[in-house]
Amino acid sequence: MSRLTVPKTYKLYIGGKFPRSESGRTYEVVAADGAFLANAAKASRKDARDAVVAARAAVGGWAGATAYNRGQVIYRIAELLEGRRAQFVDEIASSEGVSVAEASAQVDLAIDVWVWYAGWADKYAQVAGNANPVSGPYFNLSVPEPTGVVAAVAPQGVAGGSLLGLVSVIAPIVVSGNTVVVVADERAPLSAISLSEVLATSDVPGGVINMLTGSPAEIMPWLAAHADVNALDLTGAGSIDGAKGETWVDLQLAAAETLKRVVAPVAGIPRPALERITAFVETKTVWHTKSML
Amino acid sequence: MTITHPLGLQPAERAVRLLGGDLTETALRLHLDGLTGVDAVGLEQRAAGLSTRSIKTSSKAWALDTIIRTCDLTTLEGADTPGKVRSLVAKAITPDASDPTTPSVAAVCVYGDMVPYAVEALGSRHATGGTEGIQVAAVATAFPSGRASLAIKLADTRDAVAAGADEIDMVIDRGAFLSGQYGVVFDQIVAVREACIRPDGSHAHLKVILETGELQTYDNVKRASWLAILAGADFIKTSTGKVSPAATLPVTLLMLEVIRDWHRLTGEKIGMKPAGGIRASKDAVRYLVTVAETVGEEWLTSQLWRFGASSLVNDVLLQRQKMRTGHYSGPDYVTVD
Repeated sequence: MSRLTVPKTYKLYIGGKFPRSESGRTYEVVAADGAFLANAAKASRKDARDAVVAARAAVGGWAGATAYNRGQVIYRIAELLEGRRAQFVDEIASSEGVSVAEASAQVDLAIDVWVWYAGWADKYAQVAGNANPVSGPYFNLSVPEPTGVVAAVAPQGVAGGSLLGLVSVIAPIVVSGNTVVVVADERAPLSAISLSEVLATSDVPGGVINMLTGSPAEIMPWLAAHADVNALDLTGAGSIDGAKGETWVDLQLAAAETLKRVVAPVAGIPRPALERITAFVETKTVWHTKSML
Repeated sequence: MTITHPLGLQPAERAVRLLGGDLTETALRLHLDGLTGVDAVGLEQRAAGLSTRSIKTSSKAWALDTIIRTCDLTTLEGADTPGKVRSLVAKAITPDASDPTTPSVAAVCVYGDMVPYAVEALGSRHATGGTEGIQVAAVATAFPSGRASLAIKLADTRDAVAAGADEIDMVIDRGAFLSGQYGVVFDQIVAVREACIRPDGSHAHLKVILETGELQTYDNVKRASWLAILAGADFIKTSTGKVSPAATLPVTLLMLEVIRDWHRLTGEKIGMKPAGGIRASKDAVRYLVTVAETVGEEWLTSQLWRFGASSLVNDVLLQRQKMRTGHYSGPDYVTVD
């Protein structure tokens, strides 16, 4: 006797919960060969707004955690990914149409990216910060601090990137204490959804990473202009084509309105780099008297 | 000290009209206990039904401005200072400095000892009898618990009125009400109402706080609403904001129904003020819908309808900014309270 298939309808990941899109919309996710894989939620501007509220609420706790603790929490994501690798390999193989070996290699790389950035959590400040020499009995310390809420676009339709591209965008943002609202790869969002499920059962506080599935061209203009977003990561926005022909440059212009930090699009998958961490921090310099001995 | 009222209650015009000349505790009790019971399921369903209306574009813009115009901007903290009251007043006058079309709020609501600072800070913007300008509301009668002797409560009230308060928000004695001493509660409201009279014969508007979160049942809320109106309340108000649950939509709907019934019976219009826990514009709009559907749109003026809120205005301003600029605003663009 044949068994009924159970077609899945996935949801968004906002504030540690899995809500449906406020708009009620979904879209079909298909495999590389056109076969139906699942339904995904098609996020609206209001979902983006809700995600920013959740991300803002999470900034205090996440940025206030010790760097060591953040490193541990991020390392734990890598551990959990390792435990569920079979699911990720399967989803990548079907949605990207690659061999199991290639999909497996991508999952390995994604795990390595998490581990690599986790290690930086309590070290980047030593590289990006400084004790400045001044002519007086003062300490003068420049310390990098997280910028706040970052809106990001994961690489879109990059071969070998549905999981790796996403992780390469998220990890450097959150490692310094920022929170993120990220729009996943529109056509291959299954890895992003499964990663949300991993995050929900990891130690990452709700709201630190918020995952939207849907059209970046539709959602990003709202996030770029949103006055409560502090920085914009346009890594995957290079080929964005809005309803009125907007390109990523228009997003940059909208972001300038509220003085956001903007990271320009990258072709392919961004390589792990300290610069991706420091792109989302701001330097605070403080003076402090030296004790008189 | 009188605890029971065998001989009758203090005369209150409305109660005398409704219940007859020799006002007794028995007459009052017969009336209040004779009110029909509240259909709790039906009430909550009606409130939920009223919450489903979609208010968009120009209606939303009107609703947002109405929320600001009917808001009692409130600070009721133990840590209040004259400086904080002054900044509250500045915000009451100019809620959004980035948009001069933003209306001012209806009133500022402060503790009695802060009234002089509020009056001084308002200056010429202080409403003087008419409808223009901003009123000063003071909480009195041992707010929020109401646990003090009547003499203290009256002194508290007179003090605030003398300092220039236009409106007095009093709390009822919930302990007396819940133990069935309706006469005690009634007399206290009548006495406080008398204490609201100024030397020139005019009187400060009296808002009676029922503290519905402590009244346990909808039937009690209905009785307390009737009691407050009979004793001479100009406004009935849900909560102090210090007890959870504070204002809820079903409770507000029920109190509005009492106001509607009173209006049908006597032609008098009583005001309503939900307070506490209303933080989002979306929730506030639902209250406006409830008012319009229950007592009518003519209640949506600051003479008959108020929101008691501290953080609601900020959310309304964010929505206004969104409607004006076309992009989402953030907490960096409104005041830190």
